[in-house]
Amino acid sequence: MQVMEMDTANREPTGVREEIAAGWRAVLPACVAVIPLGLALGVLVVHSGLAWWWAPVLGAIVFAGTMEFLLVGLLAAAAPLAQIAVSTLLVNFRHVFYAISFPLHRVRGAGWKAYSTFALTDEAYALTVTPESAEWSRARILSIQGFFHLAWVVCVAVGAGVGSMIPPEVVGLEFAVTALFVVLGLEAYKVRRSLPIPALALACAILAALVSGENMLLIAMGMFAAALVCSYFFAAWRSRRA
Amino acid sequence: MPDPWYVLSGIAVSAAVTWALRAAPFAMLAPLRHSALMAHIGERMPVGMMVILAVYTLRDTDPVVAASAGPAVLALAITIGLHLWRGSMTLSIFAGTAAYVLATSVIAA
Repeated sequence: MQVMEMDTANREPTGVREEIAAGWRAVLPACVAVIPLGLALGVLVVHSGLAWWWAPVLGAIVFAGTMEFLLVGLLAAAAPLAQIAVSTLLVNFRHVFYAISFPLHRVRGAGWKAYSTFALTDEAYALTVTPESAEWSRARILSIQGFFHLAWVVCVAVGAGVGSMIPPEVVGLEFAVTALFVVLGLEAYKVRRSLPIPALALACAILAALVSGENMLLIAMGMFAAALVCSYFFAAWRSRRA
Repeated sequence: MPDPWYVLSGIAVSAAVTWALRAAPFAMLAPLRHSALMAHIGERMPVGMMVILAVYTLRDTDPVVAASAGPAVLALAITIGLHLWRGSMTLSIFAGTAAYVLATSVIAA
C-alpha cells in the first residue's frame, strides 16, 4: 500500500484524474460533516439583516468557519475594521501551527501554493496530518482543499436560501453560534483536560464584559493571551530555580 | 441594511489576516518549530478562545432577568449535557439551538 502510494506520488503528471478522485474520497466525510454548519451560517447571514448573496461571498473569501460566524455578528453590529482585524488575528491564530506539518512542499507552483495556504482550514490540516501525506501529489492535496471549499460555499448559499423562508416570529437562531463555540470548547478541553485554563478564560471574559460590553472580545482575548505568555515565563523561571 | 462597501471591506480585512496567518509561517518555519513559547500558547489557546467567544455571543443576556437568562441556561445545559453524553457535534448544536429558539419564541410571542 505504502509503495503504491509513493509510486503514484512520483508519477504526478500521469495519474492526475485518479489523484483527484482519491482526494475526493478523502474529503467526502468532512464535506458531509460540515453541511449543518454551512446551512446554519447561511441562515445566520439572512437573519442578521445582510442580503442573502453575502453568504456565499463570505464563505468563498474568508473560508474559516468559526471566524465567519463571528464576522457576521461583527458586520451586523458595524464593528470597526480594526476590531475585525484583531479578532481575526486572535481567533485564527491557531493556523500558525498548521505550517509545521502541512505538506506544502508537495504543492509546486506559486499560484497553487498561494491557493493551498489560503484554503488551509482546520479540516484540510486534519486530513493531511498523517505522515503519508508528505508523499501525496499536488493534485490530491489541492482536490481535498478545492472540493471542501466548493462544498462549504454551496452549503452556505443553500442555508441563506432556507433562512429567508423562516418566518420572523421564530427568534433565537443565533444561539447556534453559542452552541458551536461551546462544543468546540469541549472538544479543545479534551486535549489537555485541565480546568485552570478554561477557568482563566472565563474570568477574563466576565471581567472584560463588565469593563466594556462593546470591546469585550478584544479586552478578554488580550488579557488571556498576556496571561498565557506570563504563565510560560513563570513556568520557565520556576523550572530553572528547581 | 449595512453599507455594502463596509461589509466588503470587513470581509477583505478578515480574509487577509486569515491568509497571512496561514501562509506566513511557511516562510519562517524553522524558528517557529523550535519555539517553546509558541508551543505553550498553541496548546492552551483554543479552549480559552472558545470560552471567551461563547461568553461574547451571550453578552446581551441579562443574568438576573429570568426571561433572558432562563432559555440560555436551559439551552447551554442541553448542549453541554448532550455533547458529554453522545459526543456528536451536529446533535449537540441542533438540540441546544432548537431548545433556545423554542423557549425564546414562546416568551416573545
